Amino acid sequence: MSDLNKLTVSEARDALHKGDVTSVELTDACLNAIEAAGALNAFVHGTPDKARQMALAADDRIKSGDAAPMTGIPLGIKDVFCVQGVASQAASRILEGFVPEYESTVTQNLWDAGAVMLGKLNMDEFAMGSANENSCYGKAINPWKIDDRDLTPGGSSGGSAAAVAADLCLAATGTDTGGSIRQPAGFTGTVGLRPTYGRVSRYGVIAYASSLDQAGPMTKSVRDAAIMLGAMASVDEKDSTSADIPVPDFEAALTGDIRGKKIGIPREYRVDGMPEEIDDLWQKGTDMLRDAGAEIVEISLPHTKYALPTYYIIAMAEASSNLARYDGVRYGRRAGLGQGDGITEMYEKTRAEGFGPEVQRRIMIGTYVLSAGFYDAYYNHARKVRALIKRDFDNAYADGIDAILAPTTPSAAFALGAMDTADPVQMYLNDVFTVTLNLAGLPGISVPVGLDRQGLPLGLQLIGRPFEEGALLNQALVLERAAGFVAKPERWW
Amino acid sequence: MSITENEARKVAKLARIAVEDEALPALARELSGILDFMEQLKEVDVEGVEPMTGVMPMRLKRREDVVTTGGMPERILSNAPDAREGFFAVPKVVE
Repeated sequence: MSDLNKLTVSEARDALHKGDVTSVELTDACLNAIEAAGALNAFVHGTPDKARQMALAADDRIKSGDAAPMTGIPLGIKDVFCVQGVASQAASRILEGFVPEYESTVTQNLWDAGAVMLGKLNMDEFAMGSANENSCYGKAINPWKIDDRDLTPGGSSGGSAAAVAADLCLAATGTDTGGSIRQPAGFTGTVGLRPTYGRVSRYGVIAYASSLDQAGPMTKSVRDAAIMLGAMASVDEKDSTSADIPVPDFEAALTGDIRGKKIGIPREYRVDGMPEEIDDLWQKGTDMLRDAGAEIVEISLPHTKYALPTYYIIAMAEASSNLARYDGVRYGRRAGLGQGDGITEMYEKTRAEGFGPEVQRRIMIGTYVLSAGFYDAYYNHARKVRALIKRDFDNAYADGIDAILAPTTPSAAFALGAMDTADPVQMYLNDVFTVTLNLAGLPGISVPVGLDRQGLPLGLQLIGRPFEEGALLNQALVLERAAGFVAKPERWW
Repeated sequence: MSITENEARKVAKLARIAVEDEALPALARELSGILDFMEQLKEVDVEGVEPMTGVMPMRLKRREDVVTTGGMPERILSNAPDAREGFFAVPKVVE
């Protein structure tokens, strides 16, 4: 078999179980592809020795007849996941040299299932960003190109999306606090699933905003997302917000039958200045689901326009609290100190040189909205609006809506550096369609549905009911089949 | 909402991030811009709405108050920029 790195997880699984291919062969194909793709800057810490060792163990396990669906599958891991003995620094200078003594629950679950680790993937620092431009490793590059400009793979899971789209791995892990799985998936023609809050353990995932963060799979197909979520998810006593709900067989939910399901089309997502192409794509997706027998219902989510500012207040407040731990004492970097510098100077200098500009901005805004005199006006107020945003979704689902269809992003991938002159708020507007479901804790999946006029991929997202990822994946499968998206980036790297 | 240079200095101090005086005007402008964007929430009527504490309706888990792990000081200290004699070391705090 040639081009083994181009296989999907389900194809590789079937080939492994039939004995047509070994995990060592799959892993070597990926390691070779990674070696040749330095220009994408997707993998930032390679672990080739570990990968070969894990692949050998996976092959033994398959031979002994004890294989799980993810056994022998080579994966990329976003740098935000702590992996024991492997540099894990969330793309931040402040965690330079940090080598965790423990393993995140998600990666432990994947290794227990027999998956193979290829290395760590680029991302925005502490998952704060929508273009993968805020990284101590430098920008990750989208394998999709239309001229000589480098395009963003999206953020914050930009390295994960670039790696999956360029076939450097069979699948990758991502995290999604405000769209960081779905937006990069949309920009790279890949599938990205953000599970329900509490479905996947946050233990060992370097925190950004704890009430919004959730890890999920980034894959080449909807079926792969179902398989990989099954291996990532667990009920975990190490995470007090992990939900006590058993993990079902998500792949078994993929029947391809959505007849009679009610799909909501939220009228508030038709925002001013939205490109006609995005609107057309949305209409096409709606028709696809209708043709498959779903009932299309126009719905209203009246507080949608307040989701972005609500999200940024809450995320920045939580970030300022979570990132207080980076003080130059217990791990990572400590600034060089001058004569007479005390502990306060140590904190201030360490954090000034360790955090990048966007992270500093978010910590300071978060500090401000939590400070005496502003707490009620900003933070508490935002928590109330958040309750209203969730209520909008609750009402729609109470009316019998099974899922909601919307665009993933307001545009296709833009050029790296294109936002450099814009104020930070312009970049935040990229998350306009994705942040709502994080605020409501809901699952969402981005599926590639078409190409824009320039030939860049565009995605649509489906938003599901809480803890019904199986049904959501099934709806996504129908969309994927109807769209028949098979385009791949032409190799230039 | 306009942030003055003094307020920017104060918030940087609270966040324990060193900011040079020359950088304060630009920082104040940036923070003002972001806060302006957040101002639009003021128009939402939240009368009688409880602030959200948890996004999923679940009770915080409880467990027996017992030691579940520990006894690994070397591993705890292994990533410290400065550790001595089984402790994290920091600049002198008490004179």
